[in-house]
Amino acid sequence: MYEVVAFYLFSALTIGLFFITIMSKNVLYAMTSLASGMVLISGFFFILGADFLGVVQLIVYVGAIMALYSFAMMFFDATRDIKEKNTNSALVFLLGGLSALVLVLIFAAPIHSEAIQALYPMHEGVGNAQDVGIVLFTKYLVPFEVAAVMLLVAMISGIILAGKKMDSSLTEDISADDEILTQKDEK
Amino acid sequence: MIGLSHYLIVSALIFSIGLMGVLRRRNLLMLFFATEVMLNAVNIAFAAISHYYNDLTGQMFAFFIIAIAASEVAVGLGLLIVLYKKYGSLDLDDLATMKG
Repeated sequence: MYEVVAFYLFSALTIGLFFITIMSKNVLYAMTSLASGMVLISGFFFILGADFLGVVQLIVYVGAIMALYSFAMMFFDATRDIKEKNTNSALVFLLGGLSALVLVLIFAAPIHSEAIQALYPMHEGVGNAQDVGIVLFTKYLVPFEVAAVMLLVAMISGIILAGKKMDSSLTEDISADDEILTQKDEK
Repeated sequence: MIGLSHYLIVSALIFSIGLMGVLRRRNLLMLFFATEVMLNAVNIAFAAISHYYNDLTGQMFAFFIIAIAASEVAVGLGLLIVLYKKYGSLDLDDLATMKG
């Protein structure tokens, strides 16, 4: 009973929040609705019994990725509304919905659900985190290490790409800098 | 009772929302948000299949998707900052330099 209520509540809220993310003109609104939608998605994972995945979703998505986005948002001019040239919005809606439907059908059509068998079944009486750890460090050890190297490469490239000329202002709004300087002089 | 198809339908809906955003958005930062929506939708489908088939493979794939999303965001935001330094804008119509 609680599962049903939670499922419908989470799905309605998630879809609504992600819709705001897609349609909003303001970067701040889009980012906050994306973050709260991700929190609700971790709720889905907890309902499904994937506790460790839910915690990782909370830490990595809501913690790390949203913090990275908010830092990036501070580099760009976030308070201004984004002006986007959307020619014929109804047509874009129709085409977008149709192509999304076609894409889902293409990927869903070949699934033959009777043929799916559990490759690494869950164990009875073992916690989810323990089970995940056993499978991750026995069957998926090489992908795990490759993912670690990939994250290292991503970190280095992020530092190198973003780190150049960080002392100068990106938005080049000189009046704001002058304002800060005059305030400093007045003190 | 909530079955597998409920979760898959929700996941497909969220994926469609994300795809619509990718097609609709002109600002690169907002385009990144839409791709995050799509990745999250796929994660829901993986976790649901993992639960209903009593199999851990789906959760493993979801972990790797999260790792890929994290590195994608790190590299992508670095590239966005470089683009913004160069052109002063993140609008895709302004960045179309190969237009004939």
